[in-house]
Amino acid sequence: MLTQIIFIAILIISLGILTYSLLRIASFFKLTQSAFPIKDFGKRINISLQVAFGQSKIFRLPLIGLVHALVFWGFLVISLGSLEMIVDGVSGSERSFSNLGWIYNFVILTGDIFAYVVSAGIIIFLIRRLFMSIARFKGIELKPKSKKDANFALALILLLMISLAGMNVFYLHVHSENPEGIYPISQFLVPLVHNFSEQNLQILYSVSWWSHILLIFFFANYLPYSKHFHVFASIPNVFLSSLEPLGKIPNMQSITSEVKIMMNPETAFSSPEDGTALITRFGVKDIEDVTWKNYLDSLTCTQCGRCTAVCPANITGKKLSPRKVFIDIRQRMNDKGPGLIKQGKDFSDNKSLIKEYINTEELWACTTCNACAMECPLNISHPNLIIDMRRYLVMEEAAAPAGLNMMFTNIENNGAPWQYSPEDRLNWIEE
Amino acid sequence: MAELAGKGENPEYLFWVGCAGAYDDRYKKVTRAFTKILNYLGTSYAVLGKEESCSGDPAKRAGNEMLFQMQALQNIEILNGYGIKKILTICPHCYNIFKNEYPDLGGNFELINYTEFLKDQADLGKLKTDSSVFGNTSITYHDPCYLGRGNNIYDSPRLLIKSIANAPVEMARNKSHSFCCGAGGAQMFKEAEEGNKEVFIERTEEALETKAEIIATACPFCMTMISDGLKYKNKEDSVKNLDIAELIAQSLNL
Repeated sequence: MLTQIIFIAILIISLGILTYSLLRIASFFKLTQSAFPIKDFGKRINISLQVAFGQSKIFRLPLIGLVHALVFWGFLVISLGSLEMIVDGVSGSERSFSNLGWIYNFVILTGDIFAYVVSAGIIIFLIRRLFMSIARFKGIELKPKSKKDANFALALILLLMISLAGMNVFYLHVHSENPEGIYPISQFLVPLVHNFSEQNLQILYSVSWWSHILLIFFFANYLPYSKHFHVFASIPNVFLSSLEPLGKIPNMQSITSEVKIMMNPETAFSSPEDGTALITRFGVKDIEDVTWKNYLDSLTCTQCGRCTAVCPANITGKKLSPRKVFIDIRQRMNDKGPGLIKQGKDFSDNKSLIKEYINTEELWACTTCNACAMECPLNISHPNLIIDMRRYLVMEEAAAPAGLNMMFTNIENNGAPWQYSPEDRLNWIEE
Repeated sequence: MAELAGKGENPEYLFWVGCAGAYDDRYKKVTRAFTKILNYLGTSYAVLGKEESCSGDPAKRAGNEMLFQMQALQNIEILNGYGIKKILTICPHCYNIFKNEYPDLGGNFELINYTEFLKDQADLGKLKTDSSVFGNTSITYHDPCYLGRGNNIYDSPRLLIKSIANAPVEMARNKSHSFCCGAGGAQMFKEAEEGNKEVFIERTEEALETKAEIIATACPFCMTMISDGLKYKNKEDSVKNLDIAELIAQSLNL
């Protein structure tokens, strides 16, 4: 009874803190702009099954992709077991779900296998991060803090798996007569603890059980402050992916009516239609200009660096790193969001996303080749956001590089990016 | 187009030549090669001529949405004025922007990239190519970003190459993993940012590693970049950079 009360108290505190953290993120979302309407649910379910649950894009790097996919699938199965532990803890019973029969046996069986598979996967990840020199784990955007975060989260997952394996082994020993569920790997480890007394085994089982559940509570509350928030954000982000071809950069609908007025002399002096008066700024200068999707992308990014590793600008030594753009978005929201919430949209800290976080040299280096977006395992869209920031530079500050200004003038004057006369458009026929 | 419309004729396709197709000395040859194929096939088509104007792609990707939308609305007015339904393009940037970004502004056309068009003509038995001209010449193919990743067109150009020579020898990074030539996103019109290498040199080196005798491209910007890369590497005499349209036209002795 007492342990039940303690468990419930810890559960309520954990959920309380988690709710606080998630509400804070939700309040940041309220600062963002609209993106696109959410429809085509069939397609969205399909893309979630393929890209999120099927891990299709992570397999673009087949070997290490497989390791990640195994860790992810393990996480899904093991989460079901964690749910049972919470029900057990609250109700004071043991193995609450065991009357589900073969489904239960299947979940426990795969969970037991995955406990070891995931451990192996995490050890591989840690070795890669700690002892190998892998280009995409470097970069100016990866501060020592990000590296510690990565290793700490991996270590937590490893401890989660060790405690789960411990739970299974000790449980099997204590209930050697008639265990619930099937433990294909743990059963072979039982002889290792053969000499332990019955009482010690019971204690060790409890220690494993409590360690596992407390680690889960801690991990859940650590995630909102870690790059590993992708555990929460990635499936929603894939579900909410843009369903358009990668080549499409959405038009700014907000300025279409303005352009139409400009092009039609009869309406040039009439009052603008509804909607146009709402434009406060063209493009993205700071965090309040980004869309909810850009912000969700930034919460989803786990800094794997597959985008940066394929970026032609980055590979050839330019400053642009697509990964950095999203790290900066999340950081900027953490820095400016609280002020915007407290003091309203006029709040200023005399900084902006462009310049203080992302400099123009990075933005102008993008070739919009979409290698980054193609590679991102979670369908983050980098080029669209980069173009949105260019829009601010061009349309608000007229700060395009000289060559581009010349190109704009040429298009305006003679309908081609080069300085040729429209009269010469058919010259290709004669030569 | 104005001439045909004056006579009350309605060609099946509008061939959108594009600015590079009209003005770039090297790429004009590609325009001519493609029109030779169209004439050979007896395709009913017209061009806008002096009424054609920039699709707005470089302006849009450089962040000048205002200029892009002005170009787009003007072009849409002209195209709709002639009642145009199907547009053939050689430039993947024009193709992409017409297909994906014009519809929201009221420009709804069926877009056909020339590699898909030629492949369809081959499937229909109208375009009969063989390997009599190119034989065993080894050809590699550079995927333009706006055809490949941008719009999922990877197979048609490869099948066309296979129809006139061997299947293309692939570069290390190909299809959806392909490496940009460096000119997209309006880079064509500005100096590159500081770095330790030019993107087009990196890609040209990769193409040269295949030891192919011809580097095939399917985009005017890619052609400029790869041709410059070949000059830079002093390979312009030993390795040729040809467009898919030129390869097909040559294979037909047009």
